Amino acid sequence: MKDEVTREERVTKLKGLGCSRKRVEDARFTQGKGNYVDDINLPGMLTGDFVRSPCAHARVKSINTDAAMALEGVVAVLTAKDLEPLGLHWMPTLAGDKQMVLADGKVLFQGQEVAFVVATDRYIASDAVELVEVEYEELPVIVDPFKSMQSDVVLREDLDPKAPGAHGPRKHHNHIFTWEVGDEAGTNAVIDDADIVAEESMYYHRTHPCPLEPCGSVASMDKVNGKLTLWGTFQAPHVVRTVASLLSGIEEHNIRVVSPDIGGGFGNKVGVYPGYVCSIVASIVTGVPVKWVEDRMENLMSTAFARDYWMKGKISATKEGKITGLHCHVTADHGAFDACADPTKFPAGFMNICTGSYDIPIAYLGVDGVYTNKAPGGVSYRCSFRVTEAVYFIERMIEVLAIEMNMDAAELRRINFIKKEQFPYHSALGWEYDSGDYHTAWDKALKAVDYDGLRKKQAERVEAFKRGETRSIMGIGLSFFTEIVGAGPVKNCDILGMGMFDSCEIRIHPTGSAVARLGTISQGQGHATTFAQILASEIGISADSITIEEGDTDTAPYGLGTYGSRSTPVAGAAAAMVGRKIRAKAQMIAAYLLEVHDDDVEFDVDRFVVKGAPERFKTMGEIAYAAYNQAIPGLEPGLEAVSYYDPPNMTYPFGAYVCVMDIDVDTGVPTINRFYALDDCGTRINPMVIEGQIHGGLTEALAVALGQEIAYDDMGNCKTGTLMDFFLPTAWEVPNYETDFTVTPSPHHPIGAKGVGESPHVGGVPCFSNAVQDAFRPFGNRHTNMPHDHWRIWKAANDLGMHD
Amino acid sequence: MIPAAFEYHRPSDIEGALSVLAEHGDEARVLAGGHSLIPMMKLRMADVPHLIDLQDIADLKGITIADGIITIGAMTTQHELINHEALFAAAPIIREAALQIADPQVRYMGTIGGNVANGDPGNDMPGLMQCLDAQFILVGVDGTRKVPARDFYESAYMTNRDDEEILTHITFASIDAGYAYEKQKRKIGDYATAACAALVTKDGDKVATASIAMTNLSDVPVLSEAAAAALIGTTCDTAAVKAAVAAALEDIDPTEDNRGPVAFKMHVAGIIISRAIARAWSRA
Repeated sequence: MKDEVTREERVTKLKGLGCSRKRVEDARFTQGKGNYVDDINLPGMLTGDFVRSPCAHARVKSINTDAAMALEGVVAVLTAKDLEPLGLHWMPTLAGDKQMVLADGKVLFQGQEVAFVVATDRYIASDAVELVEVEYEELPVIVDPFKSMQSDVVLREDLDPKAPGAHGPRKHHNHIFTWEVGDEAGTNAVIDDADIVAEESMYYHRTHPCPLEPCGSVASMDKVNGKLTLWGTFQAPHVVRTVASLLSGIEEHNIRVVSPDIGGGFGNKVGVYPGYVCSIVASIVTGVPVKWVEDRMENLMSTAFARDYWMKGKISATKEGKITGLHCHVTADHGAFDACADPTKFPAGFMNICTGSYDIPIAYLGVDGVYTNKAPGGVSYRCSFRVTEAVYFIERMIEVLAIEMNMDAAELRRINFIKKEQFPYHSALGWEYDSGDYHTAWDKALKAVDYDGLRKKQAERVEAFKRGETRSIMGIGLSFFTEIVGAGPVKNCDILGMGMFDSCEIRIHPTGSAVARLGTISQGQGHATTFAQILASEIGISADSITIEEGDTDTAPYGLGTYGSRSTPVAGAAAAMVGRKIRAKAQMIAAYLLEVHDDDVEFDVDRFVVKGAPERFKTMGEIAYAAYNQAIPGLEPGLEAVSYYDPPNMTYPFGAYVCVMDIDVDTGVPTINRFYALDDCGTRINPMVIEGQIHGGLTEALAVALGQEIAYDDMGNCKTGTLMDFFLPTAWEVPNYETDFTVTPSPHHPIGAKGVGESPHVGGVPCFSNAVQDAFRPFGNRHTNMPHDHWRIWKAANDLGMHD
Repeated sequence: MIPAAFEYHRPSDIEGALSVLAEHGDEARVLAGGHSLIPMMKLRMADVPHLIDLQDIADLKGITIADGIITIGAMTTQHELINHEALFAAAPIIREAALQIADPQVRYMGTIGGNVANGDPGNDMPGLMQCLDAQFILVGVDGTRKVPARDFYESAYMTNRDDEEILTHITFASIDAGYAYEKQKRKIGDYATAACAALVTKDGDKVATASIAMTNLSDVPVLSEAAAAALIGTTCDTAAVKAAVAAALEDIDPTEDNRGPVAFKMHVAGIIISRAIARAWSRA
């Protein structure tokens, strides 16, 4: 057989690992041909809308639905009383708490779901919402977790104040849990005896993932066949199916959950919301499909928030700057219900990664979760579980220690980094970091930005400012982060008891193309592009000839979904492993066809060749055809496989970021002049997709650091319910990003990949914040809280006497 | 974010629009670009049973410049204002201000008439029109009248326009002055934290005339005659600008909101005003 194409051409055609293949999803997204939940319209479908509480804390005295029911087109108005016989007026949360589906006697946050109106169209439903009369008796409102822990006011009357919660004993009726990791007595002893101790308190404000598409669902109960189909904005469709089965009593095989195209998730779409439950109940009650899609205000005010962590730290060091101990305490404001989306054994997520990238011999973390009259949530907005909080904490503590020691913060980092030869590294708070080369990354970053030159310029600017020649100061923001992604090993990671493995199933067609299905679900990450690349390299079929499907529980293998940058570390590993199963069988087929022993053929790009005789080969296309159409002794026909992958460890991507910023001290306006981001996510699958992820994550980091927040007044009114006040940056506010990389493969991942979607957010937030704070450091700043919007930056200048 | 039901009217001339207004009184509102009214309807904060879309009325479109007088139809979009070269030559401050309104997509739809007529204190054009001493032409069933922009605004969303009148045109004299429109906002699409329009003319090395007006620093746009007076006859030196700023700050009354507390807004207003004056003077 004559081979006319070169090996190089075959590699190019494969579009495997390392190729900047264009995203196959974008053909439909850029032409408005996506298919989102709100695009699903079924015959006879009804629409639901919520009556929501205007009060943050009140007793519900009565609900009168007569006027709403009298409106033409209104089919039903559900209240807690209607859901109670089904046992669905409350639902379990992912964090082991329970949450009201509809107000059961009282409301605990503004925007809480009180009644669900079902009507023939969305407009009538909204009209009817205004006609539902609810009588509230207002109760004292608590929006401060510290006051909550002192208050006589009982927020959660449904809970026995003396009984332990899902994570152990509770100290107070408004307390949820205490979670402790590490050696507190030992840490305190080290800190007490240390040469240098720096202390700081910081607030990581409440914000919201705010995906472009809000949350929604369409439920269709087929009473004839007993089958429930549920389309929705689910980052974990298989978990939703299991939970729906457990809650409703419908057997799991009779429930089909579909995540269609999802317009961004960022953690917002991991949990289960009352709207999903109400659409299901309404479909069961009415016998026709029911749609619920929230609007932007509902999304911001009622679905899961992120952060709201009050962090208090102590860090100790030797005179030379070698860190000796770290103590961290967090007061975590979880709102009205504990609806955090974390693995069960980690009520504060992976906050115990808060020793960061540094070799810290002893540490302690304590977290107290507290109820307040705010919306529930506590999801990880573009970060693995609470990692952005942890990295912000340590990257601020490093800066504060540098101030305490009058030392350069870049140098302080360098002398404390975990060394390359220390990996796998066991952290004081219990993690095993898989691989890293922090010094190389740091040196590369500092060289790329001419760090010493920047410091000189900054010093000159300080002098010019002091001479009155400028009102602009300069900040150099540094951050070095270690992410912990790819949850996770089933031995310690589960959600509601479901182990956090993931899966891939592949079917090779006789003509040599393939369809692969995974337990994850893309929300914009580009899985259809990148998973096909992993498979292409493993099985020798071009990525262009591999269809990737996710999100339909009737067809896809069970998996825990997409969040926490887990798709590549877990499902991507499953894809590689399933590819190897295919290759093993293909090798036997090739050997048979070539009439040699199995061990005498070897894989080469898109074929098996006879060792030492490369002109004798069988392409994967030929092998696939033979698999179906030729009787091969000892082998079943067909070429398909499935792999469930339980990762042996997390993966630990890392990176080094530098932000150069000017600040107008008179107006508080920051201008970002440069942002350099070096990421090491191990083996790089698609550099273009990685770059896109980094741009997106940095932009959301800029948003959070410089203004994006969910704020409440003392009455529990949400002040930031629209995009006028909730900051979503546009191209105008975003600087040019310079991206760079090093490659330190994960030693335990089949292809060495680590995950990257959330790294830029995790590293970006402290970098932007440190730039602001560094600008004020020469004028006496130690720490100011985010978000650094204009007035808070102005206030920092004002507090330092810079307007005098 | 789902509006209540409304009747949609789309007349092709002003008479048609006026007759719908006359028939329904305060149950009817005219719709220009829709960037203020439609969100208010979606939030159900504005109840508009009859919505009169003005986009088919050709007489409300366009810009004419004759004998030093500029006339702009109310339905002229911000995008059209920005790209009209003759308007830029006659009154460049319009382009400078319009470019600071939201983003291109909003400016393709948003109109000057809607911007000035709604009485929203966050809108940029009312302050600019006061600075320019523009006249608003209002047409009702009883005829046409002219109201100076400086007399038009009564309080937030309350103006001198009768419910049954339509603001059809805006006129003002072309300018031969140094100009600046200075605005601080949190992000694209936001209202001003503070904004200032300034016009300054020069006689020798002294300020001959000045006009200073501010946006979103009170419940109405604020023209500060005292600030102008503080500049006239001076060389626009630091002391004069300082005096003008001090005078302007006396005339404003900002309120605390998510942009920040009053002390911050007063400080930023002072900075924005002084920068507007300095830039206008540099162009005088």
